Formats: sequence, C-alpha cells, structure tokens
Amino acid sequence: MKLRRLKAIAVKEVLQIWRDPRSLMIALLLPFTQMFLFGYGVNLDLKHIPICTFDREGSQQSRDLFKHFQASPYFAIVENVRTYQEMVTAIDRGSCSAGIVVPPDFSERLNDAGTASVQAILDGTDDNTANIAWGYAAAVVGSYANDIQIAALDRQGRALQQIQPLSVQSRVWFNEDLVSRNFIVPGLVAVILALVGAQLTSLTIAREWERGTMELLVSTPVTSTEVMFGKLLPYLVLGWVDAAFCLAMAALWFAVPFRGTLFALFLTTTLFLALVLSIGYLISVLIRSQVGASQIALVVTLLPAMLLSGYVFPIDQMPVAVQNLTYLMYARYYVTIIKALFLKGADISELLTPILFLVIYAVAVVALAARAFRKRLT
Amino acid sequence: MNERAAAEPQIVAEDLVKRFGSFVAVDHVNFRIGRGEIMGFLGPNGAGKSTIIRILCGLLRPNGGRALVAGIDVASDPEQVREHIGYMSQKFSLYRDLTVEENLKFFGGIYRVPRRELAERVRFAIDMAGLRGREKALVATLAGGWQQRLALGCAVLHRPPILFLDEPTSGVEPTSRRRFWDLIHALAADGVTVLVSTHYMDEAEYCHRVALINQGRIIATGSPEELRHTALGGELLLLECASLGPTLAMLPQAPGVLDCSVFGNALHVLVRDAARSLSELTTYLEQNGLRAIRIERIEPSLEDVFVQLIAADMAKRRAAA
Repeated sequence: MKLRRLKAIAVKEVLQIWRDPRSLMIALLLPFTQMFLFGYGVNLDLKHIPICTFDREGSQQSRDLFKHFQASPYFAIVENVRTYQEMVTAIDRGSCSAGIVVPPDFSERLNDAGTASVQAILDGTDDNTANIAWGYAAAVVGSYANDIQIAALDRQGRALQQIQPLSVQSRVWFNEDLVSRNFIVPGLVAVILALVGAQLTSLTIAREWERGTMELLVSTPVTSTEVMFGKLLPYLVLGWVDAAFCLAMAALWFAVPFRGTLFALFLTTTLFLALVLSIGYLISVLIRSQVGASQIALVVTLLPAMLLSGYVFPIDQMPVAVQNLTYLMYARYYVTIIKALFLKGADISELLTPILFLVIYAVAVVALAARAFRKRLT
Repeated sequence: MNERAAAEPQIVAEDLVKRFGSFVAVDHVNFRIGRGEIMGFLGPNGAGKSTIIRILCGLLRPNGGRALVAGIDVASDPEQVREHIGYMSQKFSLYRDLTVEENLKFFGGIYRVPRRELAERVRFAIDMAGLRGREKALVATLAGGWQQRLALGCAVLHRPPILFLDEPTSGVEPTSRRRFWDLIHALAADGVTVLVSTHYMDEAEYCHRVALINQGRIIATGSPEELRHTALGGELLLLECASLGPTLAMLPQAPGVLDCSVFGNALHVLVRDAARSLSELTTYLEQNGLRAIRIERIEPSLEDVFVQLIAADMAKRRAAA
C-alpha cells in the first residue's frame, strides 16, 4: 500500500463530496432530523392514561378514591359517566383506556365488613398499555387502602408495622428517574450512525462504475486497499462530525446523563463508524449501481438496527432463535457500549466483550471488501 | 513484419481469444508492435478492437493465448504492466466534477509522479491539451475535443512508454482530430509505442501500421501504403456508366474482373491488370448493350481496400458456415 496513492484517492473523494450536495445532505441533515423525530417520537413512558369514572355510590369514600386517581401523574380522569353504557361507549370510542367502577355498596362494605372491591375495565387492544394501567390502578387503590388502614390503626392507637411487617424499599440505579428517553436516545445515536454511515459509502464505488470513471481507475497501478482506505477516510471524518453532533444532542438537548469518559466514547464510536462505513463500502463494491446500493444499504442497516439491536426492544425477551440472530447485528454491540457509557459510566475494561465483537466484525468486513473489489471489468 | 516490431516488440499478442458466453469477441489474434510505432486498429463497431485493448491493459482476462506488454505477461502480472501504460478508454472516464488541474494532480498521485516533477508535468499536459487558462474549469464544462485532449494529457502524465488509445477521437470535430494526431506523432517520435483504435478511415493514414479487424479477427495488416497496393490483389478502375444496375450485374462475368462495387454514382471495378481491362471492358460492355461514359485507372483509397477486404472476409465466413 502506497500512501501517495491513498492520499490521491482521499483528496479526490473530498472534492467530490464537497461538490455533491446529495451526499452532504445525507451526511449532515439526516442525523439531525432523525434525532429529533425519534428522540421525541419514541416515548415509552405512560403518563396521563385517560380514564373515566363510574361512581355508582357517590359517597365520601368513593370521592376520596377518585381523588387518589386524580392526584396520580399516571392517570387523567377525562369523563365521569352516569351509566354503564356511557362507559362502554367512552372505551369504544377510545377516548379513555380504562374505566373505574365503584359499586353502590362500596362505603357500606368498607365500613362494615372492612373489605370492598373496585372494578377496573381495561381496553386490552394495546396489551402493554393495559398491563401498565392495571398495575398503576392497583397501586393507586392500594395506597388508598393503606390510608384507610393507617387511619383505622390510628384510631386504635397501633402502629402500621404491626400489620405490615415487610416492605420493599426500592432504589433505581443508572436511570434514576426511569425516564425512557434516557434509555432510548443513546441507542438512537447507534441506529442513526449505522444508517447514515452505510448510506454514505454505499454510493462511492457504485458512482465510479456508473460514471465510467472506474474503467480508467482500474487501468492504473492503484490497489484495492488503497482505493478502500482512500475512500473510507474522508467519510470517517464526516462520520465523526455526525457522531459528535448526535452525541452532543443526546447529552445537551435531550439531557441524557453522560457518565463515561470521552476517550472511551471516541474510541468505541470510531470503531463503530469504521465498521458501518466498511459495510456501506462492501455493498457498493458488490452492487455497482448507486440506487441499488443505497437501497440495499437501507434495508440491511435500518430494520435490523431498529429491531434487533436492543435499542428499544430488549434482546433477552426475544425468542432464542432471534436472540442468536442479533449477534450478527453489529449495531447491538455499540448500543450496549453507548448505553453503558452514558448511563452507567462504564469503563473500557468493562466493555471489552462488545468491543472485541466490533473489532472482529470490522476486520472481517474490511477483508471481505478488499477481496471483493476486483480490478477487472466483467 | 515490420522491422521495429521484430527487433523491439513492446506489445505482443499470441493467439488471443476472448469469449463472452457463446459470442467470440476476439478470435485467435496475433500481432507485434515495436517501440515508437503507431499501430492503428481499424474496423466496424463491435469488431473486437476495444476488447483486445482491454485485455492488453489487464482489464479483461483472455480465454486463451498470451499477451505481453513491455515484456511482461499481462495475465500473470497485470499490476506491473499498469506501471508502464497509459490508457484512454472509449468512454470518457475522467472526473467531470473535478477541475482540469485536479484531474491531472489526481493521476499524478495515482502514478506517483515524483513531486518535484509533478508541477512541470501538469504544465506540460495542460499546454499539450491547449487548456492554458482553463486549469480551474470543471471538466464537465469543457467541449468534447478538449476533454479528449485532457484525457490524453492524463494518460501521458507519468511518461508511460506504452499508450493504449481506444477511439480517442470519436465525437471530436475534424480540426481537433488533426491536432490530436499531431500530439500522437510527437509522442511516438519520443519513443512511445501507441496502439490506437478508430473507425474513421482517414485516420488510418496517420498510422505507421494498420490492422484491419472484423468479427474478432485481424484480416489484414500492413502500412497504409502496403495495404493500398497489395491487399486488394488487383488494380482498381473507376467506371462511370449510363445504367448502373445492369452494368453491376454484368461486370463480374467480364474477363479479368475480380470484383465490383458501387461507389457514389459510379462503380469501382477490381481487375487483374488495369492496362488490359481499360481497353477490353469498353468493348465488352458494348457487346452486351451497355455503355461506359468514362473509365480510368485510380489509386485505391484505404476505404476501397477495407470495403473490399471486409466483403471478402464475410463471403469466406459464409462459405465456411
């Protein structure tokens, strides 16, 4: 490999990128819009679940119970209905996801028998929301029950511990406020870099074939590794700009806590960029048409990076066969790394496994691309 | 065989064969080209000219035979060959989104022209191509003739001893073409070996030696002079007559006539002996109720030679098939 030739290729590539607004647009505008769209669009936090109340009693206790619902950040009472039919209609329309029904003998049973039940009717169309709503509703009712018990014990002059000897004191680590954005945004950076990186380089060899410049290039003594590294280098610089931009946006705009070191971030991000750029390059070598290569790069990177990287959908919840498939999905390693860097403040030594996988992957793709590039016409 | 080619062959093709599927693009081709020689490949489109050149540049692998360029076997060491050659492909293949100077510097880098020579070589190429004052112009904005000269400039920037020019003047206006050939001659005078393909008949006259290629085979080689005088196997008469059709039908049966073809509004008649046929033909036509307005001996042009040779080659192939 001769540095002089590599430099000639790199300089030429920079000039071409500079004069081709399309590739610059992909490089600079796409990450920006994607960060915004997904950063705001994907939110797994359930708050203000719309509910309706059906109070069949109208007592002090039933009103107290609904006050608890009103006070909860997870629920918003959007309607107070007077008949069962109205509640059904409200759920059917989708204006509320759950209905809370207080029976007509609620306070009577509570005062006499000391136990009563409340009915929750849930819209199970979205099972996830229904599950969470059910959990939150149980918690709200539970806290109201607690209040009643404390009041009752107070009257009897006994302490709470006597009836509730054990309790869980939970403390959340890494994402203390349990904000889903903190979990999603770092992974989003990985998805965007995977997508944009492969797009950028997917055009570079195909363009030379389409414009006929490849015929002359292959007649020169330039080697396939010189062409590859000469072409990847300028895109790595563009990739750094994109990465810096996305990461800064994650930390500053979306306020995701960053607890790792910049050195570890730079090292792992560079490694990941090298990999995604080489994948785009490999596709470009194999496909020889700009439109085809760009589309294949999109299909190969976007869906797997979204679905199989663990960026939103947890890998350990997938069927075993699919889990095994995710090992092939290079984005998952960087998703693991970047989440650990942002939230856990992990150190390089704790990330050696995913880093090793990325290195193996990158070496394999680079070797494959160098071999696939033939200095021949067909 | 030309003396220079025998003494110092720079390009050697031995029994080259190239097939694309069942189509035989190059069919057992042999030739040698000597140092400083300009060899022209002439032939119709699809004859296999570009394919041979691409094989010699190491861009295509032949199915049979051997190619040596600068004494190096192309099949076994294409990279070594590429250090010694300059190539201008049929389709324009410089970077249109780069300027004149950027293209030259790019190829200077690719061929590792020594840095202290580079500025001088770029200047030389710009002067040669007549592009002074246009150094900063994007190649896309240049007219066809200028683009072609720039392509030649890029091909010779690293002083290659061997040049492959594949239809370098296609789409270039005649005055530019003339200038282009002057450049090629200047290079050859410096000892550069040039293999150039063209389908312009008049350009064949500029070559030291011409190979006529038809359907993958070389059907004649020689200097333009040799081809004009020996390749036809006879002498040429121009015949103007009253009724072209009947005359054309009648002539092949006339004594001493080898062939005849329409040329404009007259006939070109190939005969064994021009002096005898001049007197005999008029009589023969009159005996058959036809009349010659004018009949004279002419010097055959290369075009006559090629039309004749290709027609003969086609007839031979048909007979064989």
